[in-house]
Amino acid sequence: MIVASPKSITELKKLIAGHQKVLFAGCGTCVTVCLAGGEREVGIAGYAVRMARKLENEPLQLTQVTIERQCENEFIKDLAAHVDGVDAIVSFGCGVGVQAIAERFPDIPVYPGLDTEFMGLLEEQAVWTEKCLGCGECVLAVYGGICPVTRCAKRLLNGPCGGSTEDSCEVDPDRPCAWQLIYVRLKNIGQLDRLDDIAEPKDWSPSWHSGARKVVRKEHRV
Amino acid sequence: MGTYRDACKSGQFVVSGEVGPPKGTNVARMLHDIDLLKDKCDGLNVTDNQSAVMRLGSLAVSAEIVRRGGDPIFQTTCRDRNRLGLQSDLLSASFCGITNVLCLTGDHPVVGDHKQAKSVFDFDSVHLIQCCKKMNAGTDWEGNALDGGTDFFVGAVVTPEADPLEPQMYKFACKVEAGADFFQTQAVYDMDNFQRFMEQAREIYAGTDVKMMAGLVVLTGLGMAKYMNRAVPGIFVPDALLEELGSVAKEDQIKKGMEIAARHIAFLRDNKVCDGVHVMAIGKEEIIPEILDMAGVVR
Repeated sequence: MIVASPKSITELKKLIAGHQKVLFAGCGTCVTVCLAGGEREVGIAGYAVRMARKLENEPLQLTQVTIERQCENEFIKDLAAHVDGVDAIVSFGCGVGVQAIAERFPDIPVYPGLDTEFMGLLEEQAVWTEKCLGCGECVLAVYGGICPVTRCAKRLLNGPCGGSTEDSCEVDPDRPCAWQLIYVRLKNIGQLDRLDDIAEPKDWSPSWHSGARKVVRKEHRV
Repeated sequence: MGTYRDACKSGQFVVSGEVGPPKGTNVARMLHDIDLLKDKCDGLNVTDNQSAVMRLGSLAVSAEIVRRGGDPIFQTTCRDRNRLGLQSDLLSASFCGITNVLCLTGDHPVVGDHKQAKSVFDFDSVHLIQCCKKMNAGTDWEGNALDGGTDFFVGAVVTPEADPLEPQMYKFACKVEAGADFFQTQAVYDMDNFQRFMEQAREIYAGTDVKMMAGLVVLTGLGMAKYMNRAVPGIFVPDALLEELGSVAKEDQIKKGMEIAARHIAFLRDNKVCDGVHVMAIGKEEIIPEILDMAGVVR
């Protein structure tokens, strides 16, 4: 799931300063699940921004719509009925949603209502942790299903740095050292011998390398 | 003076020191330290943006040590440069007459003075060792021929007090396999623990020419010793040493710390625990010659 965090009301106000008729667009998928940009959060943010603008004698005409998914044009078209006359859209989707809406409505400014964080796991109520960078070449088989590229602060592929302890990473004492987790996990599954071989440096060419990536799955093209 | 590599190969007990480049261009103190130590030690480490604090570069300072007749150990971390930058700097080092390279991962920017910097870590320290060896063999990392190769004596680090030690030893084995010629350890204070570590290490590097240098950071006071224990992962100062430091007045504790360092040097040498020591006196380099005298190290 993509995890995002809401921008503050102050930030939202600043983003739409000077605009009178604004659409707040929520997204019903990941950001709804992570309590950042679904119908409920858009409603609360909208109420707060409207109140703040009213107190400043800058009344805001606000429409709020949450569509099922902002990362598919099929669903974005549902917004079309609501954008007539608006002079700005705030997308409460992830960064993908913001850009998809901007592409769909080229004449209207589109602003992000959230900070998109990462691909992560819900650990417990309202706590998410990052698990995958989307590097384009999965190495999890080597490391017992624990990703050093994502979870080691130095992305080390051949063992821990000197700064870790059994419990924590030197960068953040609240975060476990990924290499301790990898070591224990490989030991538990009887695969410690995987650490005998030197891992090659990461091939960054499938990722973070030369601009936005594209996946085309020919067998499913029509 | 011979070279650090010669000293390592000779079988004598090797001693290296360390200088930290300043944050700025005022190099007077550093040059003084270099001149003080270059003939007393077999090699001089030059730190690379130590603790992720931006400073004068280790390449330029290592080159200056060469000019002044010393033998630098050029510390290179994977934090600030990708594989292109690292290799280019290694060629530059070779061009400047630098032959000893210490390959390090590097502290994370978050502990330094540019906390928002993007860390690189394109290579890790194992890859950097492999890379030096490839360049020694006449090619770059990708296997492209170099017009003139390098002749590096390649070093690495290991943390004997890592807790737990097992994952650290797997990495140590990778570094040995990658071809490291010598190791400098993280600071050690408990000689019993260190001897146990060396037994494990020897099993791993048996059959190679690897040289092991114990890292010794001089304890300059009880407060510093307690801080190292509390705040620096992989460092353990035993209670007996804390008591020893605390047994004298605060102003005499540095002297006590020097005595401890000298005692450890002599112990490691006389009992042939390892092949040498790397002595660090972070910011107080002027005390090193006296410590070496106390330990009976003659150059």
